[in-house]
Amino acid sequence: MSANLSATFYLISGVLFILALRGLSSPETSRRGNLFGILGMLIAITVTFLSVGNFSIGFSYVIVFLLAGGSIGALIAYKIPMTVMPELVAGFHSLVGLAAVFVAISAFLNPEAFNLGVSGDIKLSSLIEMSIGAAIGAITFSGSIIAFLKLRGIISGSPIIFKGQHYINLLLGISIIVLIYYLCDKQSENFFWTLIGIAFLLGFLLIIPIGGADMPVVISMLNSYSGWAAAGIGFTLENSALIITGALVGSSGAILSYIMCKGMNRSFFSVILGGFGGTDQTSSSKDKDKKPVKSGNAEDAAFLMKNASSVIIVPGYGMAVAQAQHAVREMVDTLKKNNIKVSYAIHPVAGRMPGHMNVLLAEANVPYDEVFELEEINNDFANADIAFIIGANDVTNPVAKTDPQSPIYGMPVLDVEKCKSILFVKRSLSPGYAGVDNELFYRDNTLMLFADAKKMTEDITKNL
Amino acid sequence: MEIDPFIFRLSIFILSIFIGYYVVWSVTPSLHTPLMSVTNAISSVIIVGAIIAGLSGNMNSIFGISNIFGFLAIFLAAINIFGGFLVTQRMLQMYKKKKKNK
Repeated sequence: MSANLSATFYLISGVLFILALRGLSSPETSRRGNLFGILGMLIAITVTFLSVGNFSIGFSYVIVFLLAGGSIGALIAYKIPMTVMPELVAGFHSLVGLAAVFVAISAFLNPEAFNLGVSGDIKLSSLIEMSIGAAIGAITFSGSIIAFLKLRGIISGSPIIFKGQHYINLLLGISIIVLIYYLCDKQSENFFWTLIGIAFLLGFLLIIPIGGADMPVVISMLNSYSGWAAAGIGFTLENSALIITGALVGSSGAILSYIMCKGMNRSFFSVILGGFGGTDQTSSSKDKDKKPVKSGNAEDAAFLMKNASSVIIVPGYGMAVAQAQHAVREMVDTLKKNNIKVSYAIHPVAGRMPGHMNVLLAEANVPYDEVFELEEINNDFANADIAFIIGANDVTNPVAKTDPQSPIYGMPVLDVEKCKSILFVKRSLSPGYAGVDNELFYRDNTLMLFADAKKMTEDITKNL
Repeated sequence: MEIDPFIFRLSIFILSIFIGYYVVWSVTPSLHTPLMSVTNAISSVIIVGAIIAGLSGNMNSIFGISNIFGFLAIFLAAINIFGGFLVTQRMLQMYKKKKKNK
């Protein structure tokens, strides 16, 4: 296949990837969009086989590895429960990062195969591009591994901070640039391996200080990095499909990080610098014990709900942990049978990744037109009878609107306090990830339901 | 004077960033999780580089270091491609509208 023809096909697959993302603008078009994406990938892979045109022994190995990886991927995709999507996405990011590193290594060791010159005398521009691709890929890989371990709870979700951390990171960042310079100058293999090693280290150190509640930002950011790594490799391979995809994914991740930061009213840099959500920031007053809390059981909650005419459900990460989404939907079905109007309110940073709650509710067969974003529903709380808060905390805390001293001041929150009554399903009175006490707990119109989210919801349904 | 082909690639890159910017802002927030998983899948188009590396060998050099890294990258990217697209498909199947008049 001629180079011009294959370049044209790569362009087509790039366009199909754009359409794949475009499809996600509404759930109806999204499934077709995904098919465009699959088609684009199929074209890119087929064209690569045809343009290399070598169907000898290497071909069979390529197919074997392709199918082996593919069947593992397919197996994961079918088995994975929706509640662990954040971990899955973090894991996938790490694979993209590592694949980018491996491709860069292959290209460095065997530049002839990629038309980049000969070993020891690689074109300068290609060398810069592949080392940038490899460095970002390595950072993506190790950073995503840390994010994955934090999400799984294998390492603590609270930030790990030590002195001089930021200086070390800065130093590592500078040394990467210096190494790239020397690599281009000397073309020495050793510089290349050191470069990759340092980038791996930097990835670990960058994510270690970031706390669990900031994971939505971290995942989006790593998503963005994986895109830039792909683009770097795309420049090396002079492949437009890769360049287009890299740019799309890079900007997509950047926008998601921006949306998440805005959802928490925090600057991107304060998230990256980390340390948020530690235990040392608990600003709660000492007279916490004195304040009276009204707590109730499932019967009380069911009684309140039966007499309501509209209920708004506010889910949070706790619902995912307790796997309570199906129980919630069953409760809502019963409420609807009693002619009670129910809708769901989703805060942008509810859960551990962008859109996490929406997927869980969709899994539990909640129609997506009953689920609303913060701006769409915030005015409705004033007219609703009951806010049913399940597994959320900080995103409902009115202190974000009233107390400039609070670490979450200025964060957009759901106006649940405007409801006539608030039902708060929670295990204890402990503060949320921001370490801030929630004054809603002590309101007269709040009824605390201390229990496991799933069990409590099931019990309420029984009593309805 | 001739223009370096690099400039053309850079143009594609910059314009694609803008396309990405506008396309992603129009993605509905409720589909942000599928957005992440599908971007994951498409960024694995990096497999084309891995395939070139994997195919470059002949009888004698099929297990050169460069080829082995190529094979490993194919394996990793393939997990991502199949896993990413299929899990996205599975998620998108779940988004349903309210059943009316039933």
